[in-house]
Amino acid sequence: MKKIVYIYSLLMLCCSITFAQQTPGAEQRNAFTIVGATAHIGNGTVIENSVIIVEEGKITTCTDGTVAKIAYKGKVIDAQGKHVYPGFIGSNTNLGLVEVDMVRASNDRDEIGDMIPHVRSLIAYNAESKVIESMRPNGVLIAQVSPNGGRISGTSSIMQLDAWNWEDAAIKADDGVHLNWPASFRRGRWWLGEPRGLRPNNNYASQIKEVEDFVSESKAYLKGKRTTKNLPFEAMEGVFNGAQKLYVHVDDEKGITDAVHFAKDYGIKYMVIVGGYQAHLVTDLLKKHNIPVLINHTHSVPAIDDHDYDLPYKAPKLLADAGILVGIHNGGMANFQTRNLPFYAGQVVGQGMDKEEALKLITSNTARILGIHKQVGTLEVGKDATLFISEGDALDMRTNKLTHAFINGRTVSLETHQTKLWKRYSNKYSKKH
Amino acid sequence: MIKKHLILVMLLCGFTLTAQEYFPKNDGVKSKNTNYTAFTNAKIYVTPTQIINNGTLLIKDGKVVASGTSVNIPSNAVIVDIAGKSIYPSFIDIYSGFGVKTPERQGGGRSPQYDPSREGFYWNDHVMPEQNAIDHFKFDNKKASELRKAGFGVVNTHMQDGIVRGTGSLIALTSEGGDSERILSERSAQYLSLSRSVKSRQSYPGSLMGTLALLRQMYLDADWYAKGGSSATDRSLEALNGNKNLVQIIAAGNRANALRVDKVGDQFGIQYVILGGGDEYERINDIKNTNATYILPVNFPKAYNVEDTFSASILELEDMREWNQRPGNPKTLAENGVNFVFTTSSLKSPSMLKANIMKAIEYGLDETKALEALTTEPAKVLGQSNHLGSLKNGAYANFLITSGNIFDKKTTVYENWVKGYKNVLEDMSIKDIRGDYTIQANGKSYELNISGTPSKPKASLKSDNKKLGAKIAYKNDWINLTFTSLDTTKQEFMRFTSRVSNDANLSGKITLPNGTILNALAVKQAKEDTDKKSDSKSKKKLPKVVPVTYPNGAYGFKEMPKQETILFKNATVWTNEKDGILQNTDVLIKDGKISKIGTNLSARGAKVVDATGKHLTSGIIDEHSHIAAASINEGGHNSSAEVSIAEVVQSDDIDIYRNLAGGVTSIQILHGSANPIGGRSAIIKLKWGESADNLIYDNSPKFIKFALGENVKQSNWQSFGRFPQTRMGVEQLFVDYFTRAKEYDAKKKSGQPYRKDIEMETLAEILNGERFISCHSYVQSEINMLMKVAEKFNFTVNTFTHILEGYKVADKMKKHGVGASTFSDWWAYKYEVNDAIPYNASIMHNVGITTAINSDDGEMSRRLNQEAAKVMKYGDVNEEDAWKMVTLNPAKLLHLDHRVGSIKVGKDADVVLWNNHPLSVYAKAEKTIIEGVTYFDIERDRQMRDSIKKERSELMAMMLKDKNKGLKTQPVKKKDKPQLHCDSE
Repeated sequence: MKKIVYIYSLLMLCCSITFAQQTPGAEQRNAFTIVGATAHIGNGTVIENSVIIVEEGKITTCTDGTVAKIAYKGKVIDAQGKHVYPGFIGSNTNLGLVEVDMVRASNDRDEIGDMIPHVRSLIAYNAESKVIESMRPNGVLIAQVSPNGGRISGTSSIMQLDAWNWEDAAIKADDGVHLNWPASFRRGRWWLGEPRGLRPNNNYASQIKEVEDFVSESKAYLKGKRTTKNLPFEAMEGVFNGAQKLYVHVDDEKGITDAVHFAKDYGIKYMVIVGGYQAHLVTDLLKKHNIPVLINHTHSVPAIDDHDYDLPYKAPKLLADAGILVGIHNGGMANFQTRNLPFYAGQVVGQGMDKEEALKLITSNTARILGIHKQVGTLEVGKDATLFISEGDALDMRTNKLTHAFINGRTVSLETHQTKLWKRYSNKYSKKH
Repeated sequence: MIKKHLILVMLLCGFTLTAQEYFPKNDGVKSKNTNYTAFTNAKIYVTPTQIINNGTLLIKDGKVVASGTSVNIPSNAVIVDIAGKSIYPSFIDIYSGFGVKTPERQGGGRSPQYDPSREGFYWNDHVMPEQNAIDHFKFDNKKASELRKAGFGVVNTHMQDGIVRGTGSLIALTSEGGDSERILSERSAQYLSLSRSVKSRQSYPGSLMGTLALLRQMYLDADWYAKGGSSATDRSLEALNGNKNLVQIIAAGNRANALRVDKVGDQFGIQYVILGGGDEYERINDIKNTNATYILPVNFPKAYNVEDTFSASILELEDMREWNQRPGNPKTLAENGVNFVFTTSSLKSPSMLKANIMKAIEYGLDETKALEALTTEPAKVLGQSNHLGSLKNGAYANFLITSGNIFDKKTTVYENWVKGYKNVLEDMSIKDIRGDYTIQANGKSYELNISGTPSKPKASLKSDNKKLGAKIAYKNDWINLTFTSLDTTKQEFMRFTSRVSNDANLSGKITLPNGTILNALAVKQAKEDTDKKSDSKSKKKLPKVVPVTYPNGAYGFKEMPKQETILFKNATVWTNEKDGILQNTDVLIKDGKISKIGTNLSARGAKVVDATGKHLTSGIIDEHSHIAAASINEGGHNSSAEVSIAEVVQSDDIDIYRNLAGGVTSIQILHGSANPIGGRSAIIKLKWGESADNLIYDNSPKFIKFALGENVKQSNWQSFGRFPQTRMGVEQLFVDYFTRAKEYDAKKKSGQPYRKDIEMETLAEILNGERFISCHSYVQSEINMLMKVAEKFNFTVNTFTHILEGYKVADKMKKHGVGASTFSDWWAYKYEVNDAIPYNASIMHNVGITTAINSDDGEMSRRLNQEAAKVMKYGDVNEEDAWKMVTLNPAKLLHLDHRVGSIKVGKDADVVLWNNHPLSVYAKAEKTIIEGVTYFDIERDRQMRDSIKKERSELMAMMLKDKNKGLKTQPVKKKDKPQLHCDSE
């Protein structure tokens, strides 16, 4: 028992020196320097014994401390034996849109309507969500927040996860439009007497036609005088002029192939495949058209019995090996699981991917795919100081233990509703014993 | 039995004479025909094995009088010479819904109905033994005619609705003679199924295991009722007792359910006749051990249309094998001595029967067996062997007259006689002109082929290797053949007219387009070629059937792996014992046990595995799993203690294999959380490939699932009528059930007569400390409550599962002595998990509670090592203790730590070899071993992937061939195999 008491008193000590919870960190006023950590840059390289200087929210130095003698600036954070990473980036999440899955009142992810690109996720983004604060202690500091449902679900935005409100949070507002590609298969309508399970979707072609018609109509409208405003058509403009990406949610080989040709035929500039369960079967096509993939998170089961049990584990590697730009997204999984993003990437290392390559799946690759790579995604000089320090390897559950996190150089609280309860009850029992 | 015989005797007496002989007659003189009919020179199948060549069949008054080669033909006999033709007993279908209309599905509100709709009957609407098919029977002329065309003379029909469906009736398919002639037996069998009635919306049973439990309780109740236990009248139980001596036919629908219902039968001394599913061959030994007769549907799957390679990619090996293997099912059953009969019940039309049976024969089924399955076997099932299924003297004159072997494609069935009434299907007097002919006319040679049926032939004509348009009419012994001339630029016709005589050739005249009439002779070509063909056909090799694996799908074993003696050399061994983690250590497993742990071990004959740089651990144990089960929740009642997951274990779930690949060796399959009192658990080892029963632990500790909170209150869906709707009510429900169980147990122990109640028996086991509770729980108030209820009734709650607010009452839990099995980091999915924290496990652990990390999910369970590692992140639990949370601790919670959970000499050799630190996200299981048998091996997995790929393409090539041959195909599909959770239906 003595040992436990000791641990707890130590814990309590730690708590007392951390910041107040929930309140977004104040703007960086003074420079600081992180010294001695192993820096995982996020572009595939590592700097042992690094020196990272952060000023006015930006990384101004990131270099090997053993090679060059650097003058430290501001407060020095001794991170000997620790690891520094760029903030992990979640994509295709519902963060801030859903608080509790089963409580309908707390759920804002799916608006009615089939083609509603004008519906914008950032409007409903709850910056004070308890789910969002639980991301930070695991290193997830940025997330794309996407709407769901319908054929064109709406427009997503990219947020940093420590903000007072959605305006503060937005890194890139309205970054792209989300299209759910028609499914090649559909589920049997058992309530109408059809057998359960999958069968070919006979409406596949006509559903694609609907998408094509919508796109053609939008284009025609946008070329016109627009005297009578059409909100959905207006919302497609960025997709055509390249200001926004088109995120096409599709998993099967045929669908991916059709979607790629659709994008090409209709002059969509930037297209991203989201899902991509069978993307590894069409890598030549994807490479030819330079189309990146936000692949399903790795903690999922194969679609059919016959598939390799570890197919979801290794899918990102299959794509990366083929030269495709690939990131890992967290759609379809419970929202709160987004905090496991580092472990989705860690899983791929077990399948033979290099650790630093795996790190790219949730940092620089995702940043490039989302179009925020000039700002975030690596520890390179000039980038936002959105990064964190971990006691150990942040891709492994055992050692992902954050001591510090920063967003734009702001010190971010690692406290949450959950850590408060942990401390409160640990304290209760330690006093008793 | 006596009653049944009486009814039969009465009925049969009535029918030997003309049924209506005592009826008044007002439309003429009362006449009676006492003539005989004699069929002579026929090949007579008295039974499939007793065959008379060139014999006579003598019938009178709808019955067989005699058969043989020296039958004395009375002078008042009408003689029908059918030289060269065959007589077979007509077919019997004992699983029919003929003439009995099933009720309409009951619509209704969204809120479930829990109480019965009826009064004076059993408490469950789906139990209707009082139902008699005869009360709903209306002869269906059209259907009867279809069935007769397919060769049937008699069907046993019943109301195809409900779990207990009541009695069926034996019906002769004669359109003449009225119901008095047709009804051979009013109550000929009792029918049961595993499907609820569409007439009632009563929710219970909502699952397979509930249905099985209902059947058991119903039989217990019937017995109690028969002994005068009830003061009230229950017409269902009375009827059930009245039907006791009838043949009991149950629709199981597949091999797994067949084994399940057979066990129910065994408990109550009932040998069911079982409607199977065509998949019996997959576990033929288990099927054989049921000793049941099977009713086999003969709807072999069509090949899938795999032309579209994209859509074909979702096809599973399992489904493709079904197409390939199922036609061989009857053969396998026959070869293993399993009795079976055929039914048309799942065919769109009875006319498809013959082709499908011929397919089974093509796949090796013996023709005699096939015939028996349509005649003598069904008669035997119904205890009607003297009257049906054969042409023995005294049997009904139910027979077919055919041109030859009934299972030959070319054979024509001319007549189907039912109870002495003749039904003509094809005119026997018509001369069969089918065959190949050559016509010489006008200096040209024409090749004529006549096919089709004897009365409706089809013609095709060729000349100079060109196909000509041809049409043939055949009527009153004259044929008229019209065909186009060779000159395709003109639309000209030639005509050939001939009288059909006894001569094989057709002699007649040809009218040319220009009007010239010439004599012409169509010379019939010798059949030599085709005969040779059919000869070679009989010697033809059996169609290619891919081997059955265990289980019969992807990653199944062709041959089960064997128990081995294995020596792991130089491993990092996670003992979970005082020794902690041992470096560079050898472990010997032998006879399924851990035999030695040490350094420099050697063992003769042992397979040596170099484990340098690798980690050897005991297998992962998942306290809370829902994989490998056919059903999870019985939500029809607020208590379902009577149901058991052990009855519905599904050993061919691919999740078993995937869990093995994640180092999992044992799991508890828990009932879901639909009810405060759930069902009994199955604790299994993941022995992939074995039959379901072999997965379950021998001497398994007894467990039951309880549940609290939102799910049992039905908070998240539209149901407002079931108690409890609040946590207040949940407590009272427990108090109520345990109070009653206590009283029940006291009564039972006192020796007084009592109504045996499976639910109460189960709850009494809890009170007596023989059964342990694993309770789904979230918030602290309810956790505290259940401990208080348990203390009031003097028992201890064994495990709180989920227990996400356990950290708030950890001190109370410790005091009560309950263990905890929790998620590592789940929360936010429902309101009651608002305060769920990932530090929960570490807090409970630190307080001294036996804490496990579980999955409740088929995906997470294959990474439980990682989930345990999260306890190191959230709460700084050391690695040994973290590892125990998925091995030794769940073993303790399940009372299995004397067998599994650590690497200790004498324990079961359930071990995993990891390529890396087992708690690392980077680790992969390389070998997963249970009792010395390597059920997962990463190298073998690679080989299996290759062979799956190969077999898939082989089967697809075969399916393409089928499609090319013009055979019908079906669109690709994939069965739904959802991942089940607590909330799953």
